[in-house]
Amino acid sequence: MSEVLLDIKNLKTSFRIKDDYYAAVDNVSLIVKKNEVLAIVGESGSGKSAFAFSIMGLHTRAKIEGEINYKGNNLVQASPNQMKKLRGNEMGMIFQDALSALNPLMVVGAQIDEAIFLHNPKSSKSLRKKQVINLLNQVGIPRPEKTYDQYPHELSGGMRQRIVIAMAISNQPELLIADEPTTALDVTIQSQILDLIKELKETIHAGIILITHDLGVVAEMADRVAVMYAGQIVEIADVYTLMENPQHPYTRSLLNSIPTLNDVKEDLHVIEGVVPSLQNLPRTGCRFASRIPWIKDSVHEASPELHEISSGHYVRCTCYKDFYFPEQAEEECNYVAN
Amino acid sequence: MSLIKVENLKVHFPVRGGVFQTVKDHVRAVDGVSFSIEQGQTYGLVGESGSGKTTTGRAIIGLNDITSGKVMFEGKDLSSVSKKEYIDVRKDIQMIFQDPFSSLNPKKRVADIVAEPLRNYENLSPKEERIRIQELMELVGLSPEAIYKYPHEFSGGQRQRIGIARAIALNPKLIIADEPVSALDVSVQAQVLNFMREIQKELNLTYLFISHDLGIIRHMCDHIGIMYKGRYVEEGTSEEIFTNPQHIYTKRLIAAIPDSNPRNREMHYENRKLVKSEYDKLEKDFFDEKGLPFSLKSISATHQVALPERG
Repeated sequence: MSEVLLDIKNLKTSFRIKDDYYAAVDNVSLIVKKNEVLAIVGESGSGKSAFAFSIMGLHTRAKIEGEINYKGNNLVQASPNQMKKLRGNEMGMIFQDALSALNPLMVVGAQIDEAIFLHNPKSSKSLRKKQVINLLNQVGIPRPEKTYDQYPHELSGGMRQRIVIAMAISNQPELLIADEPTTALDVTIQSQILDLIKELKETIHAGIILITHDLGVVAEMADRVAVMYAGQIVEIADVYTLMENPQHPYTRSLLNSIPTLNDVKEDLHVIEGVVPSLQNLPRTGCRFASRIPWIKDSVHEASPELHEISSGHYVRCTCYKDFYFPEQAEEECNYVAN
Repeated sequence: MSLIKVENLKVHFPVRGGVFQTVKDHVRAVDGVSFSIEQGQTYGLVGESGSGKTTTGRAIIGLNDITSGKVMFEGKDLSSVSKKEYIDVRKDIQMIFQDPFSSLNPKKRVADIVAEPLRNYENLSPKEERIRIQELMELVGLSPEAIYKYPHEFSGGQRQRIGIARAIALNPKLIIADEPVSALDVSVQAQVLNFMREIQKELNLTYLFISHDLGIIRHMCDHIGIMYKGRYVEEGTSEEIFTNPQHIYTKRLIAAIPDSNPRNREMHYENRKLVKSEYDKLEKDFFDEKGLPFSLKSISATHQVALPERG
């Protein structure tokens, strides 16, 4: 059993809308171990990015409750100064959009240099330059000396994302949060970046939180997966269990709605309705109930909890036991009729 | 006869510079693309960003000027027909755009958005128009009362369906769908894709489906063309491209798709490395001095590959 790096308990991040607080992240508890990739999956609006920002302390106006225990310190209570020391040093973040994450007026080498300098003000300039070149090498940039003096706009999307990764790992972070690191990239570049993150994991032994909506990326990268819906974790399990034996209706619907390369030309599963907005979210009962209206109300719990159904596999609400797809029901009816 | 036939299409954009803004060079966005689509089929155009797939679609519908080459629609050459004839043809070709958030005018009501093509082409009385719009709304699965709402009142998937309603308002024959689902969440994606297939059957539509997502392309398309730097590297049926890719670029593209089975992870990773090393080794053979793919050679009746000149 490897060491626990991050232990989050009942994290609740609320935003103020018209004099009222609404929780975008609602009672999320999970742990991240050293040297593992935890993927967080969900649609837009499920609170996955709000969750990542809470860990990094990047929310300015949100109300954050609960505990984020990082190596024995509760980050929720940490002062802005303490957070500043952690961010970019022990905790690195890779953002989705590399172009807006980089300063357009600074050469990329200087930006990475800055990240190192801020946390080691005593290091010498020449040493830092060497470090930056090493980092650029590490993230697979072909001519690091030349790239050092280039501006972000001179680089391609994949290269920019590599720079952002180099910045994130510049101080050997122990926790790396990647928020949709490949969503803006082409498939070939995506596979390169994912392979790079995988290789980096082997060398820096960091715990990685990978936020994505792409289940293919999850299958390629993750050790464990947490599925988020409307601010809550609805299912959490190791990647094999989750992909092969998903239980929660939302997880099953998601897996059914992506076209795979093997079964072609069949209709995809459609999840009815939309993710409710923060203000319209039902605060009691199963939050997914409105999207599976063919399931009887009686099978949902009044206040759904996460249940451990096998070792390390948690599912929220009891509705998973009675869940079926409407298509399935039709087939069964036909079968009986024949 | 195929519904649309594109022959050696070229779209070049001038690069201007210097004191007098003279033309210094050209960006060859589309550089000799040929394909044809049969009625009722879906043709997929795949490529990375910058490969020219969107420009090809826009050139067909007339949003970008064609530098040279022909676009034959039902036997008529679109680049040489008179303006009047062109307006007629243009009715039969419609487009679905990528971003449902910027392709609908936020100041107009849905009724006016969907009615725009009708007002351009058909002389309907206000009452007839309303009935037609309500029919269309029902066809795309939105409630007919919703026509007096504004685009911001709808979700992404619903907006994309409004875009589709506008595209099918004039009963077109060909629809050019430029990344119709890449701005949408997976569950909504499924909804729009299913729906596009449904109306295809119902209205006997032909699609030119532009996407970078090979999973979706495989799901939707009968024929596929793969573009790289404005040219084709491979063309064939969906089956041929996915089970028997011949060009190193196609192989690499397919190897890059994430595998949805986590147990194949290691194997997939090794395979990707293998394909990458093969690509690096053969890159010089498969592309000319400028790094462009060669012209296509047939290897079967439907399968064409840009193989090197010397076999």
